[in-house]
Amino acid sequence: MKSSKTGIILGKTITYIALVLLALSIIVPVGWVFFASVKENSEFYRNPWTLPKGFHYQNFIDAFEKANMQNFFLNSIIVTAIALAFLLVIALPAAYVLSRYKFKGQKFLNVCFMAGIFVNLSYLVVPIFLMLSEADKFLGKTFGIKQLFLNNQVVLSLVYASTSLAFTIFLLSSYFKTLPKDFEEAAYVDGATYFRTMVSIMFPMAKPSILTVILFQFLAYWNEYALALTLMADEKKYTLSVGLLNLMNAQKAAATYGQLYAGLVVVMLPTFILYMLVQKQLTQGMTAGGVKG
Amino acid sequence: MDKQKGRGRFVFFCVAPATILFFIFVVFPTINVFRMSLYKWGGFSANKSFVGLENFKNLMKDAKFFQSFQNTVLIIALVTMVTLIFALTFAGILVRAKMKFKNFFRVIFYIPNILSMVVISAVFSAILDQRNGLLNGILSIFAGKEVSISWLGSQKTVIYSMVIVLIWQAIGYYMVMYMSSMSAIPESLYESADLEGVGPIKQFFTITLPLIWVNIRTTLSFFIISSINMSFLLVQAMTQGNPDGGSEVFLSYMYKQAYTNGSYGYGMAIGVIVFTFSFGLSAVINAVTKRDVIEF
Repeated sequence: MKSSKTGIILGKTITYIALVLLALSIIVPVGWVFFASVKENSEFYRNPWTLPKGFHYQNFIDAFEKANMQNFFLNSIIVTAIALAFLLVIALPAAYVLSRYKFKGQKFLNVCFMAGIFVNLSYLVVPIFLMLSEADKFLGKTFGIKQLFLNNQVVLSLVYASTSLAFTIFLLSSYFKTLPKDFEEAAYVDGATYFRTMVSIMFPMAKPSILTVILFQFLAYWNEYALALTLMADEKKYTLSVGLLNLMNAQKAAATYGQLYAGLVVVMLPTFILYMLVQKQLTQGMTAGGVKG
Repeated sequence: MDKQKGRGRFVFFCVAPATILFFIFVVFPTINVFRMSLYKWGGFSANKSFVGLENFKNLMKDAKFFQSFQNTVLIIALVTMVTLIFALTFAGILVRAKMKFKNFFRVIFYIPNILSMVVISAVFSAILDQRNGLLNGILSIFAGKEVSISWLGSQKTVIYSMVIVLIWQAIGYYMVMYMSSMSAIPESLYESADLEGVGPIKQFFTITLPLIWVNIRTTLSFFIISSINMSFLLVQAMTQGNPDGGSEVFLSYMYKQAYTNGSYGYGMAIGVIVFTFSFGLSAVINAVTKRDVIEF
């Protein structure tokens, strides 16, 4: 009995040490970025482990004014917001109908969207870019329109929304499927149209999974950069991530560390705030799609 | 309720926008990847020429492609194994053992998942930097002399550095996933095991693992797909394939060929191989790990 007790204590100690080490490996680098963002440039050439000497908030002003972060920040907000709006307006009705109505071709569409989950956006970056640039060339030749599809924030948002449709429809459908049929039947008896039933009865009931979709896709759109980098060559249209990537590459030559870390804090903060607000929803929402073991 | 007028129209208007956009931006580009792999085309010029399987034949002679292949396979294997073991162990401990700060750990471990790959690569560039890096800083303290290892600059270490970053990034996500399926296992199973004197480690292997096996299998496919994807994003932001292809992976090589290098058809041929490879590997792993489903 005694030996097993010391065994348990030993085991617990080892686990705590392992857990704390892993936690530190996350807290230290992230915290370090926050500290580095208020360091003066000269401090970067000394021991990286020293704390900042003072609160050098000039970095943030420089990042916003000199490195154009305010512009990028605004662009990111615009693209993320429009993409989320597109996604919800398009995916919600589709998910609802696909999961609760029987019609011709329904099975085929369900299979298509299901397969779409496994198609990765990373494969499609270049094909989508070329498709849009060809469309631009065509428009230029036939109508004399300069550039419509590339360097267009609305188009970028639409591509974001379209490429996350499959997963979103899957997530929402599996929730709609669990709702009982009685609600719709009652609504029809009361003479509500299909559209009204959907918008004012079924959508409000799907709130938890809609919230999950918004959370996940906000993070995905806000942090995305491979597509944004390829489709938006115009520096005025850069999103925050692309702007930061540029700053990172420039930093190797120009040594504007302070601005870079200030920029990193700016890109992290919104996601952190969101995470703190809805941390429970986010870590539990992962199973909302029915990936139960 | 099927008799109400306008049902067909309603269904159409709900489904059509999603279907059309999905076909334009997902299905059509995917088909294009396969089709264009048979062409020689720069991407920007008008002259496309059908070359059959020539792109694939050239790929077989391309040493850079094999290097990216090797790197990708190494990343998939290492990231999957290490992350799986850590995530399962930590999830098992946090769900079963009466630990303090359980929720705190869960919240912290998930943080890498909400970070942009740009942030992650900036952070790790700073950690792994040869001159002012945090890691060399720590090592110098322990070694008692100046340590100056070029983690990202040498062929030997760069790929392992990337593996560590990817594991760091993934553990929390999978841990949270396993935790939620583990907590669905009824307490009574563990109680009766306790009564019979079965220890916690044996309980983990005889109760927990078999009961979440379906979930583990699903995540294995996730591991393959996301390793291929994440390694691409990491390379794009952190190493650009340097030094000399040492960190090049499948999709970064594809992007380089198709976009930067202007050999679109060739790039798409790489895409086809990656596609086939990831699906094939998922199917094989799915078949190998098939067990009878145990319900609780």
